[in-house]
Amino acid sequence: MYNKGTIIPGLIIFVLFVTFPIWFNGLTTAGDLPKPELPPGGEKQCVNTAEYMRANHMQLLNEWRDNVLRDGNREILEIDGKKYPKGLQTACMSCHSQKEKFCDSCHTYAAVEPYCWDCHLTPKETASKEAIH
Amino acid sequence: MALAKLEQLSKSVVQGPSLATGAVPTKDWMDTPVIFKEGNFAYPAKKEKVEYLDSQEGLSFPNARIWSPDEDDWKLPEDWQETILKGLKERLDKFRSLKIFMDCCVRCGACADKCHFFLGTGDPKNMPVLRAELLRSVYRNDFTLAGKLFGKMAGGREMTVGVLKEWFMYSYQCTECRRCSVFCPYGIDTAEVTMMIRELLHTVGIGINWILEPASNSNRTGNHMGLQPHTFKDNVDFLAEDVENLTGVKINHSFNRKGAEVLFITPSADVFAEPGLYTAMGYLALFEQIGLDYTWSTYASEGGNFGLFTNNELMKKLNAKMYAEAKRLGVKYIIGGECGHMWRVVHQYMDTMNGPADFLEVPRSPITGTVFDNARSTKMIHISEFTADLIRHGKIKLDPSRNKNVRATYHDSCNPARAMGLLDEPRYILDHVVPEWFEMPENTIREQTFCCGSGTGLNTDEIMELRMRAGLPRANAVKHVIDKHDVNMLSCVCAIDRATLSSLMGYWNPGCDVCGVSELVGNALVMDNEKRAMGYDAEGNESELPDGFRTMV
Amino acid sequence: MKYAFSFLAVLALVLIAWLGSMIPGMQYLFGVAIPYLAILIFLGGFIYRVVQWAKSPVPFSIPTTCGQGKSLDFIKQDKLDCPTKTSEVVARMFLEIFAFRSLFRNTKSELHEGPKITYESSRWLWLAALLFHYSFLVIIIRHMRLFLNPVPQWLHFLDFLDAGAMLQVGAPLLYASDLAILAGVLFLFGRRLVNRNVRYISLANDYFPLFLIFAIASTGILMRYFLRTDIDIVNIKELLVGLVTFHPVINFKIGSIFYIHVFLVSALLIYFPFSKLMHMGGVFMSPTRNMANDSRAKRHINPWNDPSIKPHSYAGYEDEFREFMVDAGIPVEKELPPKKDEE
Repeated sequence: MYNKGTIIPGLIIFVLFVTFPIWFNGLTTAGDLPKPELPPGGEKQCVNTAEYMRANHMQLLNEWRDNVLRDGNREILEIDGKKYPKGLQTACMSCHSQKEKFCDSCHTYAAVEPYCWDCHLTPKETASKEAIH
Repeated sequence: MALAKLEQLSKSVVQGPSLATGAVPTKDWMDTPVIFKEGNFAYPAKKEKVEYLDSQEGLSFPNARIWSPDEDDWKLPEDWQETILKGLKERLDKFRSLKIFMDCCVRCGACADKCHFFLGTGDPKNMPVLRAELLRSVYRNDFTLAGKLFGKMAGGREMTVGVLKEWFMYSYQCTECRRCSVFCPYGIDTAEVTMMIRELLHTVGIGINWILEPASNSNRTGNHMGLQPHTFKDNVDFLAEDVENLTGVKINHSFNRKGAEVLFITPSADVFAEPGLYTAMGYLALFEQIGLDYTWSTYASEGGNFGLFTNNELMKKLNAKMYAEAKRLGVKYIIGGECGHMWRVVHQYMDTMNGPADFLEVPRSPITGTVFDNARSTKMIHISEFTADLIRHGKIKLDPSRNKNVRATYHDSCNPARAMGLLDEPRYILDHVVPEWFEMPENTIREQTFCCGSGTGLNTDEIMELRMRAGLPRANAVKHVIDKHDVNMLSCVCAIDRATLSSLMGYWNPGCDVCGVSELVGNALVMDNEKRAMGYDAEGNESELPDGFRTMV
Repeated sequence: MKYAFSFLAVLALVLIAWLGSMIPGMQYLFGVAIPYLAILIFLGGFIYRVVQWAKSPVPFSIPTTCGQGKSLDFIKQDKLDCPTKTSEVVARMFLEIFAFRSLFRNTKSELHEGPKITYESSRWLWLAALLFHYSFLVIIIRHMRLFLNPVPQWLHFLDFLDAGAMLQVGAPLLYASDLAILAGVLFLFGRRLVNRNVRYISLANDYFPLFLIFAIASTGILMRYFLRTDIDIVNIKELLVGLVTFHPVINFKIGSIFYIHVFLVSALLIYFPFSKLMHMGGVFMSPTRNMANDSRAKRHINPWNDPSIKPHSYAGYEDEFREFMVDAGIPVEKELPPKKDEE
C-alpha cells in the first residue's frame, strides 16, 4: 500500500463519519424512550384511535387549522356523543392539558419543532397570563 | 487515399451523419464493429523496425511480422488474449491512475464534446468517455465483481479480436492531449487510458510505423530522423551559415564538446525540415549573441521522445540519453528547445525515470544570474523560460519591427499547456518580439487549447483526412483571428506542431504560416556587429529582408 | 432499454420489501438484519476498494495543469490550477470536491456551417450536480435525528433551515432538500435521455443508481407526507436508535413504506462499493488533480522504476559511427583504430 500517510487517516475519517451515530450515542446507551403522560383527567376517548393519532395528529391539526382559519368552517365534531370544537386548545388540550408532559416528550425525542406554539398558548401559559391581568 | 476537397470535407463535417451532427447511431456501440479501410488507419510498423526494438536491452516488442489492419487476420500470437489480460492486470497494479480512471467514471459526458477527434469526425467512439469505455468494458468483465456477476448488463464485455481492433482504431485516434481531463470532474485523463491501450497492443505486436520507426531511429542514431552524426552536424552547420548570411555574424557552435556549460537539446525536426529550421536558426542566433557556452550533441540529438507513444520502457530508454550525454560531456545543466511531448517527458517523467541528476547543477543563467529554482531537481529548463528571463533583464536587444510583416497568434501546445503549465513565458516573449499579436478565442487557448490533431505520432500522410478533421477545432480558432485581425502567422513552441499545423493551415487556412516562437526571437534580435543582408521592400527601397530567416532557405 | 432494465430492477426491490415486510416475522429481516449487513458491506467494501487503489503506486507525477505553472518570478503563477505547494493542492482539491470546479468549466460545442465551431459556457450539469449532491448530504445529516438520542442542537438548527426557514408548507413541514434531490435526480435522468451524447454512452449502471435514489427519495417523501399509516416516528426512532446502539427492537407495527425505504437504502449501500458510486472516494485520489506540479523541482519516486533499462550506450553509438564522426570533426572518446572494429 502506498501513500499510507494520507490514505489511512482519510479512511479513518470516513469510518468515523459513517459510524457517527454509533459513537455519538455513547456506544450502548439508547437513551430514554418518551413517556407521554395521559390526560390528568383520566379521559380515555379521543377523536380517533391512539395509533391513528400517533401517526397522523399533525395532519389532522393542520386540516383543522385550514378549516377554521382559512375556510371559516367552525363545524363542531361530534364523536361518540362527545363534542370537539376544532382547535388545539379547545379540543386537544382540554384533555391533554400539559404540553410539557405530553406533546413535548415525543417532539423532543424526535427533534420535531411544530410551530403550533407560535400562536397557541398552553393552558399553563393561559393561566399565568390571566393571573397577570 | 486522396484527401477530400475542402468544400467536401467542410460539408461532411457539418452535415455528414454523425453523433456530432445529431444523427444518433441506432446500434449500441458495443455492437458496432470497426471497419478498416485505406485512409482510416496508420500503417503498421515494419517488421525490421519491430525486430530491432525487440532486440534492444530492456525492451519488448514481440510478434514482428508483416500484416495490415485492413486484412481480417492480424496474425496475432496464439495466446494473445491471455497476454492482453495479463498485461492489463500488471498495469492495474503499476498505475493507480489506471485503476481510478477505470472505476470512477460516472459517464456524465462532460468530456464528450471536448475532444478534437470527436468534433472533427463525429464518431461516438471518439468521445473520450467512450474511448475509455473500450478498455473499461473489458476491465469490468474480467476484473470487477459486478462485471463477473452481471456481464454485459453491468457494461462488461469479453476481450475479442473485434475489441482489440477497436482498441487499435481509437487509441490511434487520440493524441493524448489531455483536454478532456481538464473538464472531467474526477480529472480522468484519457491520455493515461490511451497510453495503456497502446502499451497493451504492443504486447501482441500491434503498433504503427510512424511511431516505431522514429523511435528505433532515435535509439540507434540519436534522433527520429535517423540523421547520422555527420549529417546532423552538416544540417546545423548549414543553418549556422544561413544565419551568418542574414546577420553577417559568424555563428560559433559546437558538437559533443566536453566541458561546455550547457547541453542544448531540441527536436531533430528543427534541424531537418521547414519551418522548424527557422526556429533552429533563432536558437543559433540567440546563443551566439549572448555568448552562451553550450554544445549540441549528436548522440542526444533528439528532444522528442516517440517512446512516450509506445510504452514507458521505451520512453525511459530513449530519454536516458539526455542525462547520459550531459554526464559524459560534464555540462552544468540542459536547455531544451521548443517541443510539446518532449516537455511532457522532461517535466513529468525524466527525473523519476532517469534521475537523480546529481551530477548536474541547478540551472543558472550565465547572462542574468537567474537561478531556475523550478528546475532545481531535473536541471533542465525550457528555452522559453531562458529567453523570457533574458528579455526581462534587458540582456538582449530586440527590434519587433523586424517582424513587421508578421501578424501572429499563439497556439498553446497540449503538453506544455496541460502537463507543465508553460503558458505565459512564450506570451511574454511574443509581447517583445512582434509589433502586435492576437489571442484566439478563450475556449481554444491556454489549458483549453486544441491539439493540432496529429500529435502522438499521428502526423503520417496516410491518415490525412483524419488529421484535417481532428485539427479542425484548432484551424477554426485560427480562422477566427485571421478573419478578425488579419493574422498570418501561427506561432507555437512545438516541433510536431510546426510540421502538422503547416499542413493544417495549408488545408483549412491557406496563407497562414507556422513558426516557432524562437524564430520570431531570432528575427527580432539585434546582434552586436551585425551586418544584415539587404533587399528591397514593396516600394522598391533598399531595406532589411522583411522575412528574416525565411528568406534564407 | 438499458433504463427499462434498471427501472425493473428497482421495481423488483420495492416489491420484495413490500411483500416481504408483510410476512409476519420478516420485519426483523428487513428492519434489522439487512440494514446491518448493508452497512457492513458498505464500510468493508469501501475500505477494500480504497485499499485496492492504494496498493498501486502513482509511478509518475501527472497533474493536469490548468493554469500557469510556477517558473520565473515575474510570471504570475496560477496557484489553484497549477499548484506547487501542498496548501495549494489542498485548495485545488477542496474546490474540486466541494464545488465541482472542473465541471464548472463545462462548455457546449456546436458545429455550424462553414464549418464553424462555437463553444459556450454550459453550467446546467454543474448546477444539477451540486443540487443533487448537497441535498443528498443534507438529507443524510438530517436523518441523524432519528439515530441520535438526545438530538444535538445543531441538528435542530439544520432541520430548521431545511424546513422552517422555508415557507411553512404542510404538516409535517416540507423540506427544501426533498424537492432539491428530486429535481436533481430528474435533471440528471432527463439529461441521459435528452442529450444525445450522454444517451449513447449511458449504461444500465448509470440508470440504476438514479432510479434507486429516486425511489429512496420518493418513498421517504411518501412516508413523511402521504402514507402515514403506522408511521409513528417514535416507534421508528426506537428501532433506529436500537440499531446504532446494538439493541434493535421492533415493538410496534410499522408501515410497509418504511421497510421499502430502508430496504432501498440498504440496496444502495450494498451496491455502492461495487459501482461507479465509488467516485466519492476516487475523487480524492485522482493523480491528475491531487498532485503538485513540482516534478522538475522535486524528484518523484517510482517504486517500480527499472534501473536496468539503460540508453543505447554512447560507446555503442560511437563504435557504429566513429569513422563518420572523425571525418566530420566531431570529438570522439576513442580514436580510430588502425583497423576497423566491427561490433
